[in-house]
Amino acid sequence: MAGRGESLQSLRARGILHVDMDAFFVAVEQRERPELRGQLVIVGFPAERSVVLSASYEARAYGIRSAMPMAVAMRQCPGAVIVPPRHGLYYEVSRELMRIFADFTHLVEPLSVDEAFLDVSGAVRRLGPPEAIAAQTKARIRRELGITASVGVAATKFVAKIASARSKPDGLLVVRPEDTVAFLHALPVGALWGVGQKARESLARLGIHTVADLAHTPDSTLRRVLGSSGVHAKQLAWGIDPRPVTPVREEKSLGAEETFPVDVADDAVLHRELLRLAHRVAGRLRAAQLAAGTVALKLRYSDFSTLSRSHALSVPTDSAQQLYTAAKSLLASVGTRPLSVRLIGLRGERLERSDGAPRQLSLDRADDNWRTAEEALDRVAARFGPGTLRPARLLREWRGPAEGRPEAP
Amino acid sequence: MKFRVERDVLTEAVSWAARSLSPRPPVPVLAGLLLKAHDGVVSLSSFDYETSARLEIPAEIVQEGTILVSGRLLADICRSLPAAPVDVETDGTKVTLTCRRSSFHLATMPEGEYPALPELPPITGAVSGDAFAKAVAQVIIAASKDDTLPILTGVRMEIEHDLITLLATDRYRLAMRELPWSPANPSTSTAALVKAKTLNEVAKTLGGAGSLNVALAEDESHLIGFESGGRTTTSLLVDGDYPKIRSLFPDSTPIHAVVATQELVEAVRRVSLVAERNTPVRLAFTDGLVALDAGTGEDAQASEELEAKLTGEEITVAFNPHYLIEGLSVIETPFVRFSFTSAPKPAMITAQRELDGDDEVDYRYLVMPVRLPN
Repeated sequence: MAGRGESLQSLRARGILHVDMDAFFVAVEQRERPELRGQLVIVGFPAERSVVLSASYEARAYGIRSAMPMAVAMRQCPGAVIVPPRHGLYYEVSRELMRIFADFTHLVEPLSVDEAFLDVSGAVRRLGPPEAIAAQTKARIRRELGITASVGVAATKFVAKIASARSKPDGLLVVRPEDTVAFLHALPVGALWGVGQKARESLARLGIHTVADLAHTPDSTLRRVLGSSGVHAKQLAWGIDPRPVTPVREEKSLGAEETFPVDVADDAVLHRELLRLAHRVAGRLRAAQLAAGTVALKLRYSDFSTLSRSHALSVPTDSAQQLYTAAKSLLASVGTRPLSVRLIGLRGERLERSDGAPRQLSLDRADDNWRTAEEALDRVAARFGPGTLRPARLLREWRGPAEGRPEAP
Repeated sequence: MKFRVERDVLTEAVSWAARSLSPRPPVPVLAGLLLKAHDGVVSLSSFDYETSARLEIPAEIVQEGTILVSGRLLADICRSLPAAPVDVETDGTKVTLTCRRSSFHLATMPEGEYPALPELPPITGAVSGDAFAKAVAQVIIAASKDDTLPILTGVRMEIEHDLITLLATDRYRLAMRELPWSPANPSTSTAALVKAKTLNEVAKTLGGAGSLNVALAEDESHLIGFESGGRTTTSLLVDGDYPKIRSLFPDSTPIHAVVATQELVEAVRRVSLVAERNTPVRLAFTDGLVALDAGTGEDAQASEELEAKLTGEEITVAFNPHYLIEGLSVIETPFVRFSFTSAPKPAMITAQRELDGDDEVDYRYLVMPVRLPN
């Protein structure tokens, strides 16, 4: 593995993760039924005409593969425990998985229930280099879902996907941009997308067996053998894959909330928490290059009843100061609160891209000044860690003292 | 209480007074309209702690008295009555409205619980209702609609001797209008911050009817009152320090361009059809020409050219089309003048009667441009 430093810098240009669960259905079943751990497990219906949906790594050692006819699998691995699939449960876990991904970046492209591409370039300031984010993702999946994932990290989707496959199970493989070509060229030609069984045979007749072979074959030859996909395969062979990670659905909102250790009735405490949440949300908006057109406030009272209020801004913002101002006035619009507050949340909604977007200037230049200040905050946080530089009011973090707790009106 | 009044007179009076009723009254009695029959007139009042409205109409009073009824219901009933005299009579805790063969029995509310309406402060001066209405329409476009900045939802009214200056800004544009008036005291010098909504109502319902009296409280009541044709309204002023915004007008503008107002409004409307939310329309001024365009290369694009008389260097500026149209729409002269310092600085829009003349400076609309990505 290349050393840190310069290579990190180059990875920072674009950090793409391919996250793939290890034997997902089997892993979920083993989580639910711990006695299945370490066993030969096959998920599928034990019927002649059924196919294997998922197999444990132990079963794979017997040559069991997904989509293999169940009859064949049962013959090949007679000792295996056959578990009928519970799709409802897997979808449930999948939703939790996607929620974890969304916490790292809004650029998530799900490929199936258990794998997705994540473009984490925008989260580098907040969470560290892509490999660190990959490790955090793996750790959260293990901790919160009780299953394992393999993650490939690269500058392109194609290489990230190959890397995750080669790190299985429970692995993490980083392919740096400068190592990409060497990494690819060592692979058999079938590793390239679009090169299937038939294409492999045609290429083999020309003596093309590895990615390196294909990379050094003239375009005209490839076009003759593989048609229009030939040139595309050659681009992949040189690590060229400009396809962006395209979320199926753009993230619609971005927020943060805080449950108080002790319920709060004091406006000053709520305001301070809102200011901190505003900085958290604004920082994430800026990192993701988004701006919010609407600000929403969420309050949960001590009896768990919850209310939300939202306010449309005249100009979309990614500034903590503006989110804070709007949230504070939303809190005031609630009027007298019937109970003390258990949880407070701030959310930016109606998100739109802020990079490359025209920006309405203000007469007093206050927007620009706050923006400049908060961008400086981002740079300090990127260099010295989050929270090193804070608004003065947040210097002494509030820890609700049990005594002196304000009474609810 | 018992009186008879013509339907048209009653309907008009009730709907004017009911206008300032709050849809969510702070206390139930404030949903009511207070009717008081005395000395040959019926007076109607409404109040929501912030705004009050009062007027008197002539009526045949049979028996004097006071009642409080739901203003919204009364307004709806009056509008639907046939054109004939209306008899109003109390009957225990109810009030009966009879018009030809229709009759309505409404519940009354306890008038004893109705708060005292604020007094109209002493008259500060008088202004032409028509001129005032026009001036208000020109400045309120720039007032903020964002309640998170309460101060900016107000219009600043500065009174200096025989001149009223109205100012409004939402931080992205600024409108300033000066108009002459007749102060009660020639040396009057004062200022107030009035809700744009209130001023708009006053302009619509009290403007255009001859002279409009303005009454600004000198005491701690923080009230402004308006009176015209026997109708009185008072409103609480907006609290807070208004930013010093006059200094935002540029001292000198080396570049200016004159364009036909109506043609420009129409062109901006057309071109901005392709401008999605928050995307600007660009105006490129060159010698004799202004080229408008909007949209991006990826999506739809539109462009249009108009004649323009340019003095100074060529300049290209992008604006929020909505801000531009609002400003141009309140310019009544055939031509409009854009005055620039430089591209990222605010542009000033003023009215101009002739292509080669001077601009009129009693109304100035300052609009901040949009910065385009590099």
